[in-house]
Formats: sequence, structure tokens, C-alpha cells
Amino acid sequence: MTTLVWIVLPYLCLAVFVAGHVWRWRHDQFGWTTRTSQLLENRLLRLGSPLFHLGAFGVIGGHAMGLLVPASVTAKIGVSEHVYHLTAVWGGTVTGAMLVAGLTLLIARRLVNGRVRHATTTMDKVLYAALAAMVALGMTATVGTNLLGAGYDYRETIAVWFRGIFWFQPDPALMSGAPLVYQLHAIGGFLLLALWPFTRLVHVWSAPLAYLWRPYVVYRARRGVPPTPPPTPAAVRDAAVRLGR
Amino acid sequence: MRIRAQVAMVMNLDKCIGCHTCSVTCKQTWTNREGTEYVWFNNVETKPGIGYPKHYEDQDRWHGGWQLDGKGRLRLRSGGRLKRLGRLFANPDLPSIDDYYEPATFDKDILVNAPAGLKDTPVKRPRSALTGEPMAVTWGANWEDGLGGAHEHAGGDPNIARMPGEAAAKVKFEFEKTFMFHLPRICEHCLNPACVSACPSGAMYKREEDGIVLVDQDRCRGWRMCVSACPYKKVYVNHATGKAEKCTFCFPRIEAGQPTICSETCVGRLRYLGIVLYDEDAVLAAASVADEHDLLDAQRAVFLDPADPAVRQAAREAGMPEEWLDAAQRSPVWRLISEYRVALPLHPEYRTLPMVWYIPPLSPVLDAVGAAGRDDTDADDVFHTIRELRIPVEYLAELFTAGDVDAVAGVLMKLAAMRSYMRARTLDGTVATDLLAGIGMTAEQVEAMYRLLAVAKYDERYVIPAAHTKDAAALEAQAAAHPDCSLDCEGGPGMTTEATVQSFHLVDGDEVRPGRPGVFSRRADGRRGLTINPLRGRS
Repeated sequence: MTTLVWIVLPYLCLAVFVAGHVWRWRHDQFGWTTRTSQLLENRLLRLGSPLFHLGAFGVIGGHAMGLLVPASVTAKIGVSEHVYHLTAVWGGTVTGAMLVAGLTLLIARRLVNGRVRHATTTMDKVLYAALAAMVALGMTATVGTNLLGAGYDYRETIAVWFRGIFWFQPDPALMSGAPLVYQLHAIGGFLLLALWPFTRLVHVWSAPLAYLWRPYVVYRARRGVPPTPPPTPAAVRDAAVRLGR
Repeated sequence: MRIRAQVAMVMNLDKCIGCHTCSVTCKQTWTNREGTEYVWFNNVETKPGIGYPKHYEDQDRWHGGWQLDGKGRLRLRSGGRLKRLGRLFANPDLPSIDDYYEPATFDKDILVNAPAGLKDTPVKRPRSALTGEPMAVTWGANWEDGLGGAHEHAGGDPNIARMPGEAAAKVKFEFEKTFMFHLPRICEHCLNPACVSACPSGAMYKREEDGIVLVDQDRCRGWRMCVSACPYKKVYVNHATGKAEKCTFCFPRIEAGQPTICSETCVGRLRYLGIVLYDEDAVLAAASVADEHDLLDAQRAVFLDPADPAVRQAAREAGMPEEWLDAAQRSPVWRLISEYRVALPLHPEYRTLPMVWYIPPLSPVLDAVGAAGRDDTDADDVFHTIRELRIPVEYLAELFTAGDVDAVAGVLMKLAAMRSYMRARTLDGTVATDLLAGIGMTAEQVEAMYRLLAVAKYDERYVIPAAHTKDAAALEAQAAAHPDCSLDCEGGPGMTTEATVQSFHLVDGDEVRPGRPGVFSRRADGRRGLTINPLRGRS
């Protein structure tokens, strides 16, 4: 069971994540979009969307710091365990709160505004549910366990297991001892990765940073052979006359 | 010098009767789909009026187009690149659907399925195309048609707000004092397009061959910066696909040498289509001219004389086909813009160098001449009135010359002089040389202009060379490889008509595939596409 959950599932999800993106990129450029609904509703989005996105940047950065940077490295560059803990907990709480507020507003506008509700696809609903669940679990772990509770040092267990996945040596024993909320959050995270390529989340990979360097006006040559004009009625008539019909 | 050709349009506003045939045929051709119900690539506005979308000309509000910064450099009015990326999450300049109008449909079923024995006649009611809920229709793309509601709304016309105070105060929307004209609008296919410049993903582009501005639907990621950057608000969000769409200048028709559908079906025959040669390297300087009143001449100076042997030689060296050079020389657009100088760009102050130009309407001026008790057939009287007339000349100046009254009055005088000259020629055969001297044109020019404006036939109004493939050698090789019939080979010209029709109508083999595909669908190019996302399922 532990092997299934902590080894097979992560690799399966990562495989779907990669293969899904390749497939979607090659076959669905037309669907590869933010699917903006700002046209339909602006008041809640104006507040909710920046909150959600900026919060997400912070949260993703925090996850990268906590999961990818080993404790030994932060110790070596002179960050004490206490300082790290304060940064992680407070940074996580603040950006997490932004994420919660933003997501709440965005979900609210999908529910309250009939136009946006109507433009919401099934996949959007699945995505919103998944994101809400992930955020709820993450905030429970950060606020409930680390800020208010006794605290849990995930850097010695979860982070090591997580990095192990990339060297193909994940140790499932490290995860089976983690608190339930962390376990669920980790499983949910991988499931979200598997869901990613099939949702509008793909727009993340199209963040238009190249815009900063390209010339303003883009020129492009027409591709393909130009169409031949359909014959005019006169040409059809002349051809018929020629053929003796 | 880098010579490019641009397919451009001129509309003669005096002939527009506001019948909306152009809008309707355009909509039938391009935007009769889910997600584009509210989209009119071509719309006809009544001026004065706030337009579609509401107040689109108010750039203090929408920040469309370009402006000069403190150092005189050209920059997008909505800010620099970093600022734009910072606004990806919520674009503060984006119009909402209510600024256009809420699209409606009707529950016509009730007319057919109403039960027998009803006391009252069943009535179909409007329902929102966005939510399906019953709604009240309170605005539309031509709500102000024929000055409808002008006494309430037209005071908010941004052009009136920009007019000098005393003149603006004189624009009264009282029934007997008002004036109006129709303004058909399509995408301007600008030489310096703000939409293309604001597109973060580089999905919008200007075609090298004919200057048509298009959105690559496969590369658009829905960042919606083009919508707010276009000062004419002629890029739209398809709310079903989340992608930008805009007037295509009917490129499949243009490539085949046919006029756009709006031109083809124009009842008043007021549209002219042709090629204009221009120097791409001169565009930036022309758009950066300090004085807004100089923008008109600066843009005219970007165009190159197709009769000039040096220009023709340079164009040939740039690989332009001979057919295109001839078309440029016969171009009615070039003649109206640069030779007769009676066509003017819409809002040159946006600095996008628009390529759909307008001959300003003389009719409201003649009405005013008549109202002033003068003789609207006497050129002198008309000249005097145009000079004295603050309204509507100042209004036209806000639209077409960035407020330069003399420039627009000069064009109106040419048009008035042409009428008087031709009237004298027709009635008693006299040649009114004094009139010609007043406008600086020769008798031949005025008569040619009269012919072009009044009686020009189909192939004089539309001079469109068919698209040429850049590598003619490749085509010939293709032909050599298939000696039986060079047209029928895979991807050959003989096959493309059908292929174009297929991709155009979303037909795949025997299967007709309208807007909404199944779970898996095959595109016109044969690939399978994911349809979990692109179009919402509305069950």
C-alpha cells in the first residue's frame, strides 16, 4: 500500500503530467488559453484574480523553497532553523491567505454571476474543486499544524521523499510517518499535476515573457498556396460554349 | 527603404444610407457563431453618437492607441511592456460585455408550440444569449441608428467633448437643428497597429504581402491586451473560446482577387478597395510626428507613388509581382488618398496609421447651407458657409483630422467644387475654371474624380490583384512532378479551392461540423483536438 501511494502514484501522475502536456500542445493549440471571462464579469475579477495569482506565485515559491532546498543547504548559508521556520510559516500564511481570498472571490463570481456560471465548463468545476481542496489542506497544514499547533518538520521527511522521486529513489517510509493532512496534501498535489494538462492551467506555460524583447509590430508571411478564385459565371458559360453544350 | 503593399479601403460617407447591409453580410459570413453574438467586425454608427462599444473613442478611459511620451518617443497609451505584463491578471482597460451590449435571442418555440385555446396571442420574449434568462433589450450595436436616443446620449460623444467649448455648446440635439451621418467601421488594418504591438503572446501579426492584420487562433492565449490597445475597439473576445477575433479583411476573398463581403454587398457602392505601396521604414517616424495636425500629411508621405519608376524598380527588386505593381497604379484608394486628396483617415491622432480612409460627408454641410438661407447649388455660397460653419465641420475635423478644421474644410470644398463644376458642365457645357483654381485641380482630375465617386463600375472600385505565392519556382516544380494535371496534385492549386471552402465552413468530408465539436473531433487539417476545453458544453 505504501509503495502504491508513495511510489507508483507519484510516477503515474508525473507521467500523465508530461505526456498530457505533450499531447495537448501538439493537438490542441486552439484550446490552449486562459479562457478569460473578464469580458463577462469584471468587478470581482479585478480584485480576485490578482490576489489569486500573486498568492499562487508566493505559494509556489514557498513550496520550491521548502521541498527542493535541503535543510543542510539553508543551514550552510547561515539561515537558522528558527529564522527558516518563521519565514516559512508567516510567508506561507500570508501568501496562502491571498490565495484563499482570491480563490474564494473567483469561485464566488462563478457562482453568483449568471454569465460566468454559464461559461463555466465541467473541467473548470473539477479544477476549482481540486484547487479548493488543495488550498484547504495546505492551509490546514501551515496554519493548523505549524502556526497554531505543535509544528511538523516536513523538511526531514516529505522534502527528502519528494527529492528522492527525481533521483528515482523515493523512500516511502518517510511519508508513512507524516501527519494525515500532509499525506493528503502530497497525494492531492500529484493528482493536481496529473489534472493540470487537461485544464486551463496550461496557460501557465505560456506566460508571455518573450514579449519583453520582441519588436512591437509582428510581420508574418502568408503560408501555403493562395486559393484560386472560383470561376465567374461568364467563364462557366464560355467553357460550356466551348465544349459545345 | 522597405517597400510593402497594403490592401486598403476608402469609404465615401456621402453615399452611406445606413442600411447595415455590410454589417449583416459580414455577420453572416464571420460572426454568426456562439461566442461572437455581440461581435460586429463591420458596424455602422450614426454620428454624432457614442458608438459601439459605448464611448470607444474616449481614450482617456480606454487607453487605446499610441501617444508620445515626455521625450517625444512613441509608446502605447496603456503603458510599457512590463506594465502590460503586470496587468495580465486583470486588464483595467478592458470593456465589459455591457459596454457592447448583452446579446439576445428569442424563444420562438412558443409561437409554434403554444397550446390551443389560449386567450392571448403567444409572444416570443427576448432571452440573454449569455445566460438564457429573460432580459430586456436596452442597447445594441446600432441602437443610435438615425440619431435614436441622441437627445439623451449623443452629448456623451467623445468627439464633441474634444471640440472647442463654444463649438461644442452649439451642437444641440434639438430636432430641427441637428445633423447626422452614418459611419461604417471595420478594422483599420493599421500600418502601426497598437493591437499587434500589445499582444503579449505574439499571436497577432500583420501579413507581409498585403498588410492584413490577423489573429493566429492557435497562438492566442487570451491575454486580451489587443482589445484594450485597439483605439477603434475592433478586436473582440470570443467569450466561448476565450480568444481574440477581429475583422479579417475577408482575406480568403482578397487572396482570390475578390472584394471583401462588406464591399461586395454595399448597396450604396461607397467602398473602394485597392493596393497602396508604402515604406515600412518610414512608419515609425510618421507615427511619431509631434504636432497632431501634421499626422495626416505624415501618413500620406509614407505612401509611395506607384507611377514613380524608382518606386516600381525598388518594388520589383523586393520581389513584388508585376501584377501587383499594375494594380497599385490603378488603385482607386491611392487616387482618392494621394492624388485627389479627398480621403481622410479616421482618428489619425491615435497614431496607428489606419488604412481604412473616409471621404467626409458633404450632405450635413449642404443641409446647413440650406438652413442658413443660402443657395446650396452656388459654390461661392457653399464655400462661404463651409468657412463660417463651425458645425459640423469642427465635428468632422475631430473625427478625421485630429481637429484640424482647415484640412477637413479643404476636402469639403473640393467635393462642393466638383459638384458645381459638373453641374455647370452638364447643364450648359461651361468649364468653371475659377472653381478649379480654388481647389488646385485640373479639369481632367475633377472629371476623373467625379467618375470615380459617382459612376465607377465594379472593377474600377475594386482593384485587387490575386495573391501570389512567393516561390513560383516551387509551383512549377510541383507542376512538373505531375505531368497529367498540374492542378490536381496534393495541395496543388486545383485542390485548394475545395480545401479553403472546407476549412472555412468547418466541413470534414461528408460531416458538417458547426461550432461545437464532439469529445474528440478532427480538424480541417486532419489533427485530432481536445474538446474538453475549447467550447463550453451547454446542456
